[in-house]
Amino acid sequence: MSTETLSLGKALNLGLRRAMEDDPKVVLMGEDIGRLGGVFRITDGLQKDFGEDRVVDTPLAEAGILGTAVGLAMRGYRPVCEIQFDGFVFPAYNQLVTQVAKIHARSRGKLPMPIVVRIPFGGGIGAVEHHSESPEAYFAHTAGLKVVAVSNPVDAYWGIQQAIAAPDPVVFLEPKRRYWEKASVDRDATPGPLFASRVVRGGDDVTVLAYGPMVKTVLQAAEAAAEEGRSLEVVDLRTLSPLDLEPVYDSVRRTGRCVVVHEAPLTLGLGAEIAARVTETCFHSLEAPVLRVGGYDTPYPPSKLEEEYLPDLDRVLDAVDRSLAF
Amino acid sequence: MTALQQATEVVDPVPGADAPHLPTPPDLVQLLTPEGQRLEHPDYSIDVSADELRSLYRDLALVRRWDVEATALQRQGELGIWASLLGQEAAQVGAGRALRPDDMAFPTYREHGVAWTRDVDPLHVMSLFRGSDMGGWDPLATRFNLYTVVIGAQCLHATGYAMGLQRDGAESAALAFLGDGATSQGEVNEALIWATTFDAPVVFFCQYNQYAISVPIERQSNVPLYQRAAGFGLPGVRVDGNDVLAVLAVTRAALAAAREGQGPTFIEAFTYRMGAHTTSDDPTRYRLASELEAWKLRDPIARVKAYLSRSGLADPAFFAAVDAEGDELAARLRQGVLGMADPAGTEIFDSVYAEMTPPLAQQRAEFVAYHQGFES
Ligand SMILES: Cc1ncc(C[n+]2csc(CCOP(=O)(O)OP(=O)(O)O)c2C)c(N)n1
Repeated sequence: MSTETLSLGKALNLGLRRAMEDDPKVVLMGEDIGRLGGVFRITDGLQKDFGEDRVVDTPLAEAGILGTAVGLAMRGYRPVCEIQFDGFVFPAYNQLVTQVAKIHARSRGKLPMPIVVRIPFGGGIGAVEHHSESPEAYFAHTAGLKVVAVSNPVDAYWGIQQAIAAPDPVVFLEPKRRYWEKASVDRDATPGPLFASRVVRGGDDVTVLAYGPMVKTVLQAAEAAAEEGRSLEVVDLRTLSPLDLEPVYDSVRRTGRCVVVHEAPLTLGLGAEIAARVTETCFHSLEAPVLRVGGYDTPYPPSKLEEEYLPDLDRVLDAVDRSLAF
Repeated sequence: MTALQQATEVVDPVPGADAPHLPTPPDLVQLLTPEGQRLEHPDYSIDVSADELRSLYRDLALVRRWDVEATALQRQGELGIWASLLGQEAAQVGAGRALRPDDMAFPTYREHGVAWTRDVDPLHVMSLFRGSDMGGWDPLATRFNLYTVVIGAQCLHATGYAMGLQRDGAESAALAFLGDGATSQGEVNEALIWATTFDAPVVFFCQYNQYAISVPIERQSNVPLYQRAAGFGLPGVRVDGNDVLAVLAVTRAALAAAREGQGPTFIEAFTYRMGAHTTSDDPTRYRLASELEAWKLRDPIARVKAYLSRSGLADPAFFAAVDAEGDELAARLRQGVLGMADPAGTEIFDSVYAEMTPPLAQQRAEFVAYHQGFES
């Protein structure tokens, strides 16, 4: 049995390693990912074992990373691009939105784009500007891109392999503040599907949805709520595009209440889309409007203020209280 | 000889070292050798008074002292991170001192030495790295723009600012700072194109400090960076970035040319990042200690000290006084950082727009009410 306790970061590292072993066409590209092993060490040791042709330290140019990934994909490679931090994806945004996302449709399927864009995202690490952002809505809003956000080592290990094997471009969001969180990972298990949400805690009173770094926060809130006799059902959305809301609808039909939590700013965040869909689909079951907890509609603040900016256990519980008070 | 070999040509071999070797004058502008010997250069002569030399030394020593204190404060948890300028003092002080008050500097995140020459309070720089704000200085009053973390973006800002100067008939220039890694960014290349096609009064000052985090120059360019300029149609000059006199002379000349309507210049300051990329970085993963040892022999401050002493322009009392001033500065900065008040939570909302929008005002009110709920 190969069950072991792995941090989320190490699980990604092993998942990447396995994907590279399984498919010689997998090529990792990014800034400082080779000798340094990436600033978060997610690619640690991979260049040593797979060589400089498969783990490529790129020039400092994100448009170049994504743009050349397109050409490599046309040659049958499966580029896995690392963007060093969320706030640095924007030089590549043009390539992602105007090219990577649209080439499959433009070519009527003749040019598949099996590109993965790994992005450490979210705040909570006390960093300077551009190192703590949650840009997922920009990508989820772009047809042609798939977007997933992992929350735990097991999903990290399997998810990165599944994303690499997927035929479409996948923006793969890694919750950087959870890189050091550990869990037991069975590397012989059969993983569930990547593009599926999952109920991670059963409950009856309120359905609370989260993804990426907020899953842990919401599970902690559910624990605290349980002590006060309130039972929260927690869904890890996992896939942000396409959304997989059937498990959410099933849950909301039972609880009648729904709260969506994310770090990204509230306005036009994932919560807005989810609230609309849950309302459309579960209108007659709802006892309260779908509530959202998110970052404020401001630039991400200096790190001394990030605790105030980021949703935390108390803000989740506050929303749960408000939902129950309807 | 390939372009790559040219870029790393062995010129002043340091025994047993793995350092990238300094290219030769006259292609490399050098006015003060690592040993503290004064040289002349056919294109860049400089007349510095004894006072000016001593004050350059003082700037170099004080910014290093500041940097050392900031690194210590980060280690003690008082700053979130620090991007050290260690080794790049001469490049930054030389470039900063070349500016006139009416010129405008566009730094990256490492130009503390330039900030110093613009009379920016070091505490305003440290509050950024502490996480209290995004840089507390007034960019227009100091003519020192806020730090720009997204690599290369400021090169276009500097170019646009220079185009503004040009329209206004102002006889001033903009000075854009960038690293060697930054030269790969599309936006930097666009800036060079804009600057040259509009003949904008902007100078690009690239500190080639040998690394972009872990990545050496081979991944950014296969020709020496200053030679790239020719393709864009602007002069490229390579200067010994550890030689404050040469940097001052070259940058002064480039800024003067820009102000006089002769267009932009690209300066490559050949230097070395003696510290880690930032306090989060571990350079032992990608470079040899012997390389650092070799560069220590080219220290930007030691050579000025050697020259001042040898030529009798400064005595031990002068150096002792600068040291004492450095200690006072460090104490003031330490005290200032320890005493920094945390920002108020409502600051998150207060400067997003010129005028607060109604939805944001509502969020702010909810934020205040929510936090008051905990107090009552
Ligand atoms: C667009 C963008 N991509 C990536 C980064 C992350 N990053 C910060 S500094 C750095 C290296 C910069 O190297 P260089 O331009 O040579 O300047 P130096 O830090 O050596 O002064 C990188 C990749 C960033 N800040 N911005």
